[in-house]
Amino acid sequence: MKRSNLLKLLAFASCCTVACIPPLVGAESTEPIKVGILHSLSGTMAISETSLKDTALMTIEEINKSGGVMGRQLEPVIVDPASNWPLFAEKARQLLSQDKVAVVFGCWTSVSRKSVLPVFEELNGLLFYPVQYEGEEMQKNVFYTGAAPNQQAIPAVEYLMSKEGGAAKRFFLLGTDYVYPRTTNKILRAFLHSKGVQDTDINEVYTPFGHSDYQTIVADIKKFSQGGKTAVVSTINGDSNVPFYKELGNQGLKANDVPVVAFSVGEEELRGIDTKPLVGNLAAWNYFMSLKNPVNDAFKKLWFAYVQEHNLPGGDKRVTNDPMEATYVGIHMWKQAVEKAGTTDVDKVIEAAYGQKFNAPCGFEEELDANHHLHKPVMIGEIRADGQFTVVWKTKGTVRAQPWSPFIPGNETKPDHLSGVFPLNIGIETANVDGLKPIQQ
Amino acid sequence: MPRTLSSILLALLVLIGGSTGLFALTADDLKPLAEDDFDAKNQALNQIIAAGDAVALRVLEAMGQDAVVATADGRVLIQDGDVLKDPITGDPVDVKASDVQGITLNNLLRARVESGLSGLRLQAPDHAVREKAINDLFQAPDAAAKPLIEAARSKETDPVLKARLDQLWALTALQDPDAAKRLQAVQLIGERKDPQMRSLLAPLVAKQADGTFAEPDEKVRTAAAAALKAMAFEQWKIEMIGTLFAGLSLGSILLLAALGLAITYGLIGVINMAHGEFLMIGAYATYLVQEFFKSHLLGVLDWYPLAAVPASFLAAAVAGFILERCVLRFLYGRPLETLLSTFGISLVLIQLVRTVFGAQNVEVSNPSWMSGGIAVMPNLILPFNRIAIMVFALTVVGIASLVLNRTRLGLYIRATTQNRRMAACSGIRTWQVDSYAFAFGAGIAGLGGCALSQIGNVGPDLGQNYIIDSFMVVVLGGVGQLAGTIIGAMGLGIISKVIEPFWGAVLAKIAVLVLIVLFIQKRPRGLFALKGRSVEV
Repeated sequence: MKRSNLLKLLAFASCCTVACIPPLVGAESTEPIKVGILHSLSGTMAISETSLKDTALMTIEEINKSGGVMGRQLEPVIVDPASNWPLFAEKARQLLSQDKVAVVFGCWTSVSRKSVLPVFEELNGLLFYPVQYEGEEMQKNVFYTGAAPNQQAIPAVEYLMSKEGGAAKRFFLLGTDYVYPRTTNKILRAFLHSKGVQDTDINEVYTPFGHSDYQTIVADIKKFSQGGKTAVVSTINGDSNVPFYKELGNQGLKANDVPVVAFSVGEEELRGIDTKPLVGNLAAWNYFMSLKNPVNDAFKKLWFAYVQEHNLPGGDKRVTNDPMEATYVGIHMWKQAVEKAGTTDVDKVIEAAYGQKFNAPCGFEEELDANHHLHKPVMIGEIRADGQFTVVWKTKGTVRAQPWSPFIPGNETKPDHLSGVFPLNIGIETANVDGLKPIQQ
Repeated sequence: MPRTLSSILLALLVLIGGSTGLFALTADDLKPLAEDDFDAKNQALNQIIAAGDAVALRVLEAMGQDAVVATADGRVLIQDGDVLKDPITGDPVDVKASDVQGITLNNLLRARVESGLSGLRLQAPDHAVREKAINDLFQAPDAAAKPLIEAARSKETDPVLKARLDQLWALTALQDPDAAKRLQAVQLIGERKDPQMRSLLAPLVAKQADGTFAEPDEKVRTAAAAALKAMAFEQWKIEMIGTLFAGLSLGSILLLAALGLAITYGLIGVINMAHGEFLMIGAYATYLVQEFFKSHLLGVLDWYPLAAVPASFLAAAVAGFILERCVLRFLYGRPLETLLSTFGISLVLIQLVRTVFGAQNVEVSNPSWMSGGIAVMPNLILPFNRIAIMVFALTVVGIASLVLNRTRLGLYIRATTQNRRMAACSGIRTWQVDSYAFAFGAGIAGLGGCALSQIGNVGPDLGQNYIIDSFMVVVLGGVGQLAGTIIGAMGLGIISKVIEPFWGAVLAKIAVLVLIVLFIQKRPRGLFALKGRSVEV
């Protein structure tokens, strides 16, 4: 056949997509409170998001066993947006308008969150978002239970600059090419400037999703490190991390010479890969599975009992990680807020949620702030050969989130929190909150 | 280990009899190790290294093996199996192993423990132990080890080791108050021509904020500047060789991925969208062989790739054979249907693997002889796994060309490719040749998958990442010629690696695609086009 036809055919073939699985819809009943779970159970994000769905179901089961919320049982409604960003919005709409759920726990990537935001605003729903993200957002209808940049990225870089972390003078910012790494690196660059680090001492490099050949980049890191003590800040997402760390090990770059701190590498990502080349490298999170405290012990026990009881794939090799902890904390925060408000009405629950406190598995009492983020401790862990982390540094207490990073110009005028400044339920124009349109009509 | 241990003990005797051992460590000196304060720990470590006696060695060794623990009230102990020992006396103590927690060391402290240990081993009687200690110290020179290095330097008799020790000493002597010593240190460092040492010398020639030089002595500055210049040239050489190696390595990976396709598409003319899945089958076969070795043949685990190579070939060849017999056979001469059905089959195969092995990537680890690399120049390490894959790629190409050019099957395949009806007339069962040729191409793809498992991730989507690259190589190289595939793959590899440092990985990928499109405009049949009547068939 002709070669020119081939290219057309290839293009056609790559346009074909896989159909999605129809959603599960819970039975009609007025007695239990319906809660929505919006995580991808198929497609590329299934690897990460499936365990969040499992965690949510586990937490709901735990709450139901201990009497439910205000004496009412919780009934989970699970939908599968199939790693398809527009489908997230559709499924969110279905949860809010058809299933009439009181609250939704879900989303992983920033783009999926951005896709459902207009739906939650329009229908006045409530979303708990459990993953660390780039900040630059504070929406009335969302509670962010993952870390903002000042609760993960900035303390990690501060650690690298400290004597203890190796007193790094030069920074190699390496990431996958999309919004989270780019925004995070923008914030980090401004932060480094404020610490007196020159642009010549910062190198920013991006690779495509699924990149697997890190030879040139590792050689670049080596060359860059000749100019002084260097640290690599990695926002590489997904399985590209494995070839990256492998190449580091094979080319003889040790964690002692050039430490790599990662923001997207956790226990779940290390599960099932060869962790030997990664040992000694760093990750910054707000929770690690290896933490020793009674709350975490109970959390892990609960998780493994759930895994066993429901015969989940992976069995006793399953792990807990930071977004799972954030999911768990988020559901409990919502429960407490509902109990305080005495109703599941979204506006009243939001008002009641401010100031809620919960003893989290990270070993600290976390507080839900009026800026819709949690106060969280920051921890730096070093990767061990068994795929777990040794915590080598942590904050003394919890850190309040700064969703509007002071290192991005123009954020000075953004509101510090949403309650009080903009009283709810009066429909005022809160144009300067999200810049463009009012939150409430 | 016991041999090293005993030699260390001997070294200790020398040490104690010699210069060190100025003060003895006490339990209070060790106490900060159990605390959370980094500075206190660091200070304690300084003291341990400075003490340099039997206790220090015991504590450092235990720290290196993560065997130092602390009780709840802050007593530091050494754990030996289930027995806990006092670090000072070495006697067992009456504390249960369940009542203690390991102390935490971060990277920096662990590196200091390692270099402290190496420092103590510098005067070991065993030549190999000394050599290793020196080499380890080069990796992480530690200022606290300076007295130990100086002591060892004055006693070392082996000229090779003496020279290495001199250089090692130079690394720690750049801040020495004596200008002559500094000059000597700079010269010694310059001799190594290791660009990684640039960061040590650069501050010497740099001006401070007030316009004066950090290094007061003019001679030292000149020597440092000359050394820096030599290092810059060295770095340029390293970059050139490194880029060439990276390009060839990427090229050999592309070659392995595309070679099977060059056979099925190039020789038989089947557009096989499921080609990537044959790579995946090969990779999963490698995984299964590794798991089998892990559970049954643990002793020879390092040699599992030898068994994985034939296994991955067979697995993919059988899959290819079945595919050809059950589907493709009925679609010859209908390229669009072939393309769509193989695309569908690729989705089925991916889902099948996902169901059987799970959506998570599986762990295929490099055998120990494939980890690490060979240092061809200071600061240029060529990884063993990439070298192995290059050799493997060449071998596979050699075997493929032998089979095609020197065997009866190869003769039949070529005959059928060139003129099917004529071949049939001379008694070749062309339908059988098709099956075997397709299975052979699939098997070669399986070999590619086996190699890819050593370098990247093994997951259900593995094939998807390589299918476009494979087609690019085959289209660029020209159809029906193995030489075209080789040159196409190597050319693409080197071009991407030359572009990448300037434009970054994202743009490099786009640039390569644009280049190929332009090239195809000029030469639609690729680099090596078949000439003659057979082309028209």
